[in-house]
Formats: sequence, C-alpha cells, structure tokens
Amino acid sequence: MRRISLIVVAAGAAVALAGCSKESPDIKIGHAAPLTGGIAHLGKDNENGARLAIEQANEAKLKIGGKEVKFTLLAEDDQADPKVGTTVAQKMVDAKVAGVVGHLNSGVTIPASALYKDAGIPMITGSATNPKLTEQGFKGIFRVVARDDQQGPSVANYLASQNKPKLVAVIDDATAYGEGLANEVEKTLKAAGVDVLPREKGTDKTTDWKAVLTKLKGRTPDAIFYGGMDATGGPLIKQARELDVKAVFAFGDGACTDKMSELAGAAAEGLLCSQAGIPPQAATKAFLEAYKKRFNADPILYAPFTYDAANLIIEAMKQADSTEPAKYLPVLEKRVHNGASGRIEFDAKGDRKDAEITIFTMKGGKVEPLAVVKGGTTQSFADFMKAAGG
Amino acid sequence: MDIFLQQVVNGLTLGSVYAIVALGYTMVYGIIQLINFAHGEVVMIGAMVAFSVITVLAGTAMPPLLVVLTGVACAVPVCMLVGYGMERLAYRPLRRAPRLAPLITAIGVSIILQHLALLVWSRNVMAFPQIIRAETYTVGGAAITNVQVAIVLLCVAIMGGLAFLVYRTRLGTAMRATAQNPQVAGLMGVDVNRVIAATFVIGAGLAAVAGVMVGTYYGIAQYTMGSILGLKAFAAAVLGGIGNIPGAMLGGVLLGVVEALGAGYIGDVTDMCRYSWLAGLVEERCRADGHFILFGSNYQDVFAFVVLILVLVLRPSGLLGERVGDRA
Repeated sequence: MRRISLIVVAAGAAVALAGCSKESPDIKIGHAAPLTGGIAHLGKDNENGARLAIEQANEAKLKIGGKEVKFTLLAEDDQADPKVGTTVAQKMVDAKVAGVVGHLNSGVTIPASALYKDAGIPMITGSATNPKLTEQGFKGIFRVVARDDQQGPSVANYLASQNKPKLVAVIDDATAYGEGLANEVEKTLKAAGVDVLPREKGTDKTTDWKAVLTKLKGRTPDAIFYGGMDATGGPLIKQARELDVKAVFAFGDGACTDKMSELAGAAAEGLLCSQAGIPPQAATKAFLEAYKKRFNADPILYAPFTYDAANLIIEAMKQADSTEPAKYLPVLEKRVHNGASGRIEFDAKGDRKDAEITIFTMKGGKVEPLAVVKGGTTQSFADFMKAAGG
Repeated sequence: MDIFLQQVVNGLTLGSVYAIVALGYTMVYGIIQLINFAHGEVVMIGAMVAFSVITVLAGTAMPPLLVVLTGVACAVPVCMLVGYGMERLAYRPLRRAPRLAPLITAIGVSIILQHLALLVWSRNVMAFPQIIRAETYTVGGAAITNVQVAIVLLCVAIMGGLAFLVYRTRLGTAMRATAQNPQVAGLMGVDVNRVIAATFVIGAGLAAVAGVMVGTYYGIAQYTMGSILGLKAFAAAVLGGIGNIPGAMLGGVLLGVVEALGAGYIGDVTDMCRYSWLAGLVEERCRADGHFILFGSNYQDVFAFVVLILVLVLRPSGLLGERVGDRA
C-alpha cells in the first residue's frame, strides 16, 4: 500500500514538473456562457460560434509578430449567475487570456465587464443586450448585437402596429435583462398610445405562473409581453393557454428559440418574438456550412455573433501584429469587419452601428423570421434576404 | 369573483401535490420523530425517472395515458427503493443517536441524492413530452384542465387509501403502535424495523406519484426541483400538525390555496397608490406610473414560510396536532 502511494506521489510530481518546464506559446481566448442550467443550450450555441472561429484561424496558420500562433479557447461555465460570472471573469484574467467572447446574459456580463476593463482585456459579447453594459463607459467592452433600447421598441412597435392591442400586460423575470427589456417595451407601448397594466414579476426560476396569469386573465389584456428566457417563458405560455388566456404573446430574444415549442407544445404557436440581430439562417452561407459540418447541427440563436466576435479579436491581432491587448485594442475599436452576421463597425460606446433586429413568429414548432428592423425601418424578411443578395 | 375562484382552483391543485408530499414527512415524523429533509429529493427522482420513461415511450404507438401510467409504474418502485435504502443505510444506524445526528444526516442524504440526479440527468431543464393534451373546461367562470382534475382526484384517492391502510389494516395498526411507543410495540411482537422501513417505502411511493404530477402539470423537471417543493411540503406538514396524517392533508391543501391567493393578490394589496393616507409619500411615483407596488407576485414562494413561522409562533402543534411541539 505504501509503495503504491509513493508511486502515485512520484508520478504526480513528475507531471507537475513537466507542466512547469513547458511554457505554452498558445494564445488563449476566453469564452464564458452558461453551459449548465435552463439555458445551457444557448450557452453551448454561443461557445460553438467562438470555437469555430478559433479552429478556422488555427487551420489558416496565422503569423503574428513573425511567429506562427496557435489559439486555444478557454471555455468557461458562468451558470447564468452574476456571482459565478465574476469568478469566471477573475479566472480568465488570471489565465491571462488575450481577449474574451461573452458573456451570454446581460446580468452576468455587466459585473464581469468591470474585471475585464480593469485587467485591460478586450471583451466582446455576442448576446448581452442590456444598454447598461456599454453605457458604463468602459474601454474595451464591445457588443455585436443590438441593444434592448433598440430591441424593445422594435418588438413593441411591431406588436402595436400589426396586432393593434388596446391593453397590454408586461411581465419580467426580475433580472437585469428581463426587467430592462420589459421597461423598454412598456415605454414604447405607452408612447404608441397603448394602455399597459401594472408590471407583473416572476423570477428566472419560476415554474408556476398560474397566479399571475389568473390575475391578468381578469383584466383581459389583448397582448402579453414577457422579458425573460425560454426556460421560464415556455411554462408561462403553456399555463396561459391552459387557463384559456387568449392574448397574443410576445417575447424578447431570450425566449426566441425553438425550445419554446418543446416546453410549451402547441401553446407556443403564433407567439411573436425578437432577436437582437439577423436570424441565424440569414448568416453567410460559408459560416452556416462550416458550422453544420463541424457541430452537425444548425446554429440556434447567437452563434454567428460569437463567431464574428472571436474573428474580430483575431483579425485585430493580425492587423496590429500583436496579441497584446494594449496593442490590438486601438485597432479593434476602429476595425470594420464583414462577418457572418454582416458588416460590423463599433460606435464610440462599443455598440454595433446600425444593428438589425429581427421579428419572429412560432410556426410548426420553429421560430420563423417575419421582418427585419434596421435604423427604425421595418422590412419583411423576404425583402431583407433579397436585398442582402440571398 | 371568477378570478378568485380560479385562484382557488389553482391553489387546490398545487395544494393536493403539497399534501401528498407532506404525508411522507408526517408519517416518518410520526413514527421516529425524524424530519426527513431528503424527502423532497425523492419527489424529484420520481419526476426524473418518469421523465426518462415517458420520453422513451412517447415516440411509440402506445396511448398517452398508458405511457404516463407506465412512467408512474416505473417511478414508484425506484423511489421506494431509494426510500428503503435511505432508511437502511442512513437512518437505521443512527436510530439511537441524539436527535440532531439523523437530522443532519437527512440534509446530507438530500445533497447526495440531488447530485446523483445531476450526474444521471444533467443540470438541464427537462421538457416533459407533451403527450397528454390539456383540455380546458370552464366551470363557473374558472378554467380547469383535465390534468388538474386528475391530480385532485388522484390525491383524494391516495389519501383515502392511506387512511384505510393506517386505520384498518394490520400494518397500519403496527405503525400506530410503533408511533406510540416503539419499545412496547416491539414487546408485543411488532417487528419495529420492518414497520419503520415500510413507512419510508410508502412515503417514497407517494413522493414518486407527486413527482410525476408536478412534472406533467408544469411540463418541466430539473434536479433542483425537489428542494423548494420539499420545504413547502414540510411547512404544510407543520401547519397541519406534524405527525398527524389528516393534518398533513389539510395543511397541504390550505398552503396551496394560501400561496395561490397570496401570489394573486399581493400586488394589489401592496400597491401603495391605493392608500390615500400614503398619498403624500408616493404621490410622484403614482402620478408617473399609476402604481407603486411594493411586493409583486415574484414573492409567491415566501408565503409558505410566512405560514411556517406564524404556525411555529402561534400554535406550535399545528392545526390538528395534539402532541406538543417539544419533539420537533
């Protein structure tokens, strides 16, 4: 027994020594998103986008600073939890990543962004939509999707103009994302002359919505907007239909996935929702084919955006001929990138200029794009694809 | 009025589930004065096993009702096995230990079960296959689904069956004898170990049924679903008088109704703009938004625990409990 433990100790020491002697020349790029929990499927989708970009860059054998570089993806699970998110961010900083793609949730990204800013590490989110993120004025914090003060008004205006509701109920999940988006929607609806009921709230773990829905049923709203994710939005719409609530349902990007029909079945049919970018199927053909080939699945939501975010970091490094954040960040700020999600250029705050918002409906268990909103003008999805040269 | 009725219907459905889970707490407490905090996890395991079985069978040509019943038929024995194993491995060795030891063990068992489930079923939210079509009937202005009717009827049947078991059978007599005094019951020829194991097994079987009910009612299951449900059912058992079987049933149903009504009306009641004497303080917010709601319906989970505290302060033996609270 003693001999065995000695061997184990010796082997452990050898491994540890080997670890010390070999200095890794790899360039680490971090990615953080929930890989477990209710929205793990969305987190994995985001991670896949970033992973694809990095694998492609490695295949292309890029040379930076005269040396061939190899990128590795440090993929972490932030559990969609702000507290875990900052721990993950600290881990990224300690691991000296050259740049970060993420996080997924606004509520997690906002506190994490402070750590990246302090460490001087550029961060690009491919899905956090709360305006506060870039309103903090942090240098090196970017987003490649639209903001909720663009998304909220878009979906609210679409709802107001197409469904012409007189009375709308707004529910949120009390997270930075859900509440922020619900506020934007409420503001826009009120400005459009629609009456809005007092806000109802759940949490990001609510499964029983019956009390809230019963209360709303008594006020017979024509439409209900929910600011939250699909894991709670699915049960919400399912229970609403069971209670015979006939209102039109509208959601933001967090609940704009096919998972809604998996969770709610036929009840999800006909819902309206928005995504803070172009739909995944409108991404470039090259990206879609590469993604399908690599992961044997289609992108769900924001994979084209995390793909672009990772590519932006790599391209900026290439142009600056350095992998050091201090050297490539000024390049990144000014770079114009033609990515899988279209042309990307950052404004002074770090937001994407002229970001698109897509309005979807649920049809036959799949979310289908109806219209694309860009710079305040709404265009049907077919026209958008035609204009894009599709 | 029909809104009130609807909230009561929602509460009754929820309360029936609480009642069945509370029975498991109360039976075990009645017999060995142990609060089995791992009971909520047994409910979760029941839901998860049923989820797996139903998912596999959903694609086949079996009729939906039969699929769900097969799910229950698989979940019940698995949970009974978990309940038996729990008693045999974790609680029996500690039967003569100070009361704090099994209580802490129960918390440990709860964590172990939760993480075993995490390993088997992952962290993700599982969507129960929607095979039973929810038909909505309108009765007196309240919408009631067939699933709700089934849950309430099944709960009534289970309670009736349990009452029969406890008060009319030999096993029930042995259980009541053991609850009164295990030593004397043993001297009278009752196999105390077997009776205690049977209590755990029956409680776990009920938990499995409750798990399937929750799963099909909400359409989702996750490895964490047991803890909050278990705590609420515990509150229900205390409300009714822990150790008292009719008390657990009453407590469960009452708690469900309190929770539904509370969540439904707390927003209206705490809307500060309704109270004219407060007008000076909140006038600005009221004029801007029309409402200033202090607590919204996201406080739904609080009610069970407010009830728990009130019961412990005002009537520690619960509504129907005759024994004094010194055992708890």
